[in-house]
Amino acid sequence: MAIIAQVITSFIASAAFGLMFNAPKSSLIKGGFVGMCGWMIYYCMEASGVDPVVSTVTASFFIAVISQVFAKMYRTPVIIFSVAGIIPLVPGGLAYDAMRNFVQNDYNSAINLAARAFMISGSIAVGLVFSEVINQIIRHSTLTRRQKQ
Amino acid sequence: MENQSSYTYDVIQVCLLAGKVMLQNGGETYRVEDTMTRIADACGATNSNSYVTPTGIFFSLEGPEPSKTQLIRISERTTDLDKVTKVNSISRRISSGDLSIQNAHIELDRLDKMTERYTFSKQLIAAAIASGCFLIMFQGSWNDFVPAVLAGGGGFFSVNFFNRLVPIKFFSEFLASFVIGLLAVFFVSTGLGEQLDKIIIGSVMPLVPGLLITNAVRDLMAGHLISGLSKGAEAFLTAFAIGAGIAIVVSFL
Repeated sequence: MAIIAQVITSFIASAAFGLMFNAPKSSLIKGGFVGMCGWMIYYCMEASGVDPVVSTVTASFFIAVISQVFAKMYRTPVIIFSVAGIIPLVPGGLAYDAMRNFVQNDYNSAINLAARAFMISGSIAVGLVFSEVINQIIRHSTLTRRQKQ
Repeated sequence: MENQSSYTYDVIQVCLLAGKVMLQNGGETYRVEDTMTRIADACGATNSNSYVTPTGIFFSLEGPEPSKTQLIRISERTTDLDKVTKVNSISRRISSGDLSIQNAHIELDRLDKMTERYTFSKQLIAAAIASGCFLIMFQGSWNDFVPAVLAGGGGFFSVNFFNRLVPIKFFSEFLASFVIGLLAVFFVSTGLGEQLDKIIIGSVMPLVPGLLITNAVRDLMAGHLISGLSKGAEAFLTAFAIGAGIAIVVSFL
């Protein structure tokens, strides 16, 4: 039941973000699908005890890959699909807790939480970059193969 | 000679206009450069150089006659992915030869002036519902769903409202997150909501600079160091403004 609620809410949230960024109507459902896939990867990995950093890297990697596939298929910029998918992964909760501890003068736990939030935002970036690198390698190899022929 | 010269200026104009529309509406820097180079290539000007930052574009074309350079200033940036997609398809049509440079100029001009967005009320509803959904995704209880929807909607409404009053983006984001904090405290104290933290986290999500973060990373990796860093700074300032607004509410609890 909890998983079904997660699937539905992550789909709606990502599609709603597409709408707020004024993405074309036809891409809202696809953006929602990308966001749903990413969030479900993250959620399932975290629920089964994997480190949040590793789950974030994996989820953002898959979000970027699916977005790139969609972008090739529908001949649109990648950003339309990837943006809505990335947003749920942003460590809003951790950043909030860190800020709250700062305000309450508990600097030790605040720095602790802030460092974790920073690590997770870094791992979103790593996942994005990793898929970009693979994309470049594939593009490069197909180009050189075409040139050889 | 005279004709050739004015043709080159036309090409520069079209390239710059395409770049401007893309950059103003949230396109990545490397995509802007790529689009401009492609358009120039398609028009026979293979030797073009561009320098794109979030606040301005330089573009120069070299040819048989002396090289020409123009600059365009970007003062306002919003997010409108529909326009980015449309510029992208216009540049594809120019590359494939379906669209002449004069017609492209007319179409881009129309696109630049067009304000065909989703209505504000639709976006408000989307932001409100997204807040509620984020609450559930972050393990909140369904009892807090309605308070999060209302607080998130209130936050999105106030960010737009304050933006019209004071045209400083960070200040309106600060005030909006302050409003979210107040609404959340109000709902919890009247017994409508249960967990203050979850309601605040969920409703703040529509303000989170997700597009800036992704763009900053992609720009940095593509080698556009200045754009990447300045977008990162903008994202950091936005996050800081949101955090400060909430912090004020929390510290008075």
